[in-house]
Amino acid sequence: MPLPNTLTHDSAWAALRAVPDPEIPVISVTELGIVRGVRLVDQGAVEVTVTPTYAGCPAAELIDAEIVAALERAGASQVTVRRQLAPAWTTDWIDPDARERLRAYGIVPPGERATGLQPIRLQPRAADKLACPRCGSGDTERLSQFGATACKALYRCRACREPFEYFKPL
Amino acid sequence: MGAVIDRTCDLSRDQHVECVLRIADTSLILGQRLSEWCGHGPVIEEDIALTNIALDLVGQARLLLTHAGALEGQGRDEDQLAFLRDESAFRNLAIVELPNQDFGRTVLRNLLVAAWQDALWTQLAASQDAELAAIAAKSAKETRYHLQHAADWTVRLGDGTAESRRRMGRALAYLWPYTAEFFDDDALDRAAAAAGLAPLPSALQPAWESHVLPVLAEATLIEHALPARTPFLSHGKRGRHTEHMGHLLAPMQAMQRAYPGCTW
Repeated sequence: MPLPNTLTHDSAWAALRAVPDPEIPVISVTELGIVRGVRLVDQGAVEVTVTPTYAGCPAAELIDAEIVAALERAGASQVTVRRQLAPAWTTDWIDPDARERLRAYGIVPPGERATGLQPIRLQPRAADKLACPRCGSGDTERLSQFGATACKALYRCRACREPFEYFKPL
Repeated sequence: MGAVIDRTCDLSRDQHVECVLRIADTSLILGQRLSEWCGHGPVIEEDIALTNIALDLVGQARLLLTHAGALEGQGRDEDQLAFLRDESAFRNLAIVELPNQDFGRTVLRNLLVAAWQDALWTQLAASQDAELAAIAAKSAKETRYHLQHAADWTVRLGDGTAESRRRMGRALAYLWPYTAEFFDDDALDRAAAAAGLAPLPSALQPAWESHVLPVLAEATLIEHALPARTPFLSHGKRGRHTEHMGHLLAPMQAMQRAYPGCTW
């Protein structure tokens, strides 16, 4: 039986695909991989399951608010955002297409995740070898493990002298 | 979230809440301490790094306190638990309430605590409490970056200049006795372990040492870490705190004490 409302499963997802990440606006919340499920309840009510990237991410509440607003614009009468912790979010869930958009934006997309316990590698730590997103040079160095947001590290290219960010594998 | 939690373990409700608070408060209080570095870091990258770590810790504390409040079932949320409990109701390890002092002591404490958290999250991810297990699995990923950051700096400063080495040696001598509390099993710990809720603190020691000791050796600080244990035992997790705790809570709680229930 069709719902007395224009919102469908497909249109709900389409609305969510248009919600940008507040910190990295070139990718959407769906491409980031944090939207784990959409369920139409009834009467245009919809429940969205979202998993946080980092436990303390300050953008999380803004993202919830934007998800609610986007779905209401798409015709939802009531939106519930449910937080789901398990399985924990990983950078492996970032959409492949979005990875190249990140690079074009100046953020190197996350590489391979370390799995299991890693031995502590001591200083000078061999940082992940990254190609500069601007000039492509491999002559880069890490300035800090933590960047402007918890999810990024700060790097510098020694060839073109430009700083850039790296989306850390998680 | 006012949902009533379906508890299936053998622990009493009070013990269960207490067990979660011990973990939550250690994250919260270290997060509060590290946030004091905001605007005071030696260089901007490190200012940002320490406050990012603080943010992760406060994020973990929020999830854990929310869970503790739901388990308790008295309607207390994360804010009430963080801002309206008195000093003796906090259950954090004493080491995290100690003052930051200089950057060296701050990163050294981060090493000791992050290595403990890494060991804890790894084992807690198998907890019978599904929410606790999920929070642990999530936090483990964040803690690994904290551990790397602290290990790098410990080596750099320990095996650094004469002055940095002197300060790190002094910091380790100061902090080391507080690590005995990490691995001290009491009746609650044993009950929680028997119920499959959390690992026994003493069971975390091998993994902790496997992280910490090689770093201290590389940092040329190992002699300050010996003998391995001291007769001194702190009791933060049982609510008996150092003289520094009240001074930490006063600015942290001032707003909610003056205007209970105020919101942004």
